[in-house]
Amino acid sequence: MPRIAVDVLLKREILDPQGRAVEDALPGLGHEGVREVRVGKHLELVVDAEGEDLAARVDAMCTGFLTNPVIESYRWRVIEEDERADG
Amino acid sequence: MRIGVVTFPGSLDDADARHAVRIVGHEPVALWHADGDLDGVDAVVLPGGFSYGDYLRCGAVAHQAPIMGAVGAFAARGGPVLGICNGFQVLCEAGLLPGALLRNEGLRFVCRDVGLTVERTETPWTAGYRQDQRIVIPAKHGEGRYVADEATLDALEAEGRIVVRYLPGQNPNGSLRDIAGVSNAAGNVVGLMPHPEHAVDPQLIGGTDGRAMFAALAVAGV
Repeated sequence: MPRIAVDVLLKREILDPQGRAVEDALPGLGHEGVREVRVGKHLELVVDAEGEDLAARVDAMCTGFLTNPVIESYRWRVIEEDERADG
Repeated sequence: MRIGVVTFPGSLDDADARHAVRIVGHEPVALWHADGDLDGVDAVVLPGGFSYGDYLRCGAVAHQAPIMGAVGAFAARGGPVLGICNGFQVLCEAGLLPGALLRNEGLRFVCRDVGLTVERTETPWTAGYRQDQRIVIPAKHGEGRYVADEATLDALEAEGRIVVRYLPGQNPNGSLRDIAGVSNAAGNVVGLMPHPEHAVDPQLIGGTDGRAMFAALAVAGV
């Protein structure tokens, strides 16, 4: 069954104070030259579906529950076992 | 008048909300998130707290609870619904109110009294206040920054749906246009971040400016 990775960020026009705080902290830690930090969520889920059915089900989950379309945007992709973010 | 107060797992202020209902002379009715109906109540309060641990997003899980189907149908029939703090977040997630509530701009949990202006009195919850009356009630939240797109904000202003606004300089969370609470188009559904139910008893933390929000139902003739 395919493993899905979903990345969620606040929409570009919405203030992200967390991202701003991280960006402000970086120079003090010696990391100069970093801009436009945005902090969001990364979800991984294994879904029992394939093809168009998979896309429809993932989008339905994303728009109906996993994200709030009023404030957030998302992208998802199928990942392999060695692409898991949890190592 | 019988006023239902919904308890979700993680609700904190349900007992205070029932106390506020009782202190103004109405009958509080405890409702449970897994209930399928509202027990014939005349109005519903969604209280503050951290429903379902606020996992995923504040209110995201709670708005899928069985009782929310009944709350949505009740609201559609014109029934008075008030969401306080987490209850406001639930109503926004449910699409019963526009916009959303995000992490405070200052990234800190705020817990202090805030001054508000009551800008809309034609709702069953605010009919007991004077137009533009200034009130002081407590705010306590980490995610209370009201956000909506510019078109939605303009529409809310034009339609008089901003129910309460933070006084200048008292916006505790970076809410756009100092919005502390909004209503739906009909006015029967109201949500706000500050807590009227914590300002009803002078023997507790002082101040009774929240009383009128629960007593108003009688004024409004619900």
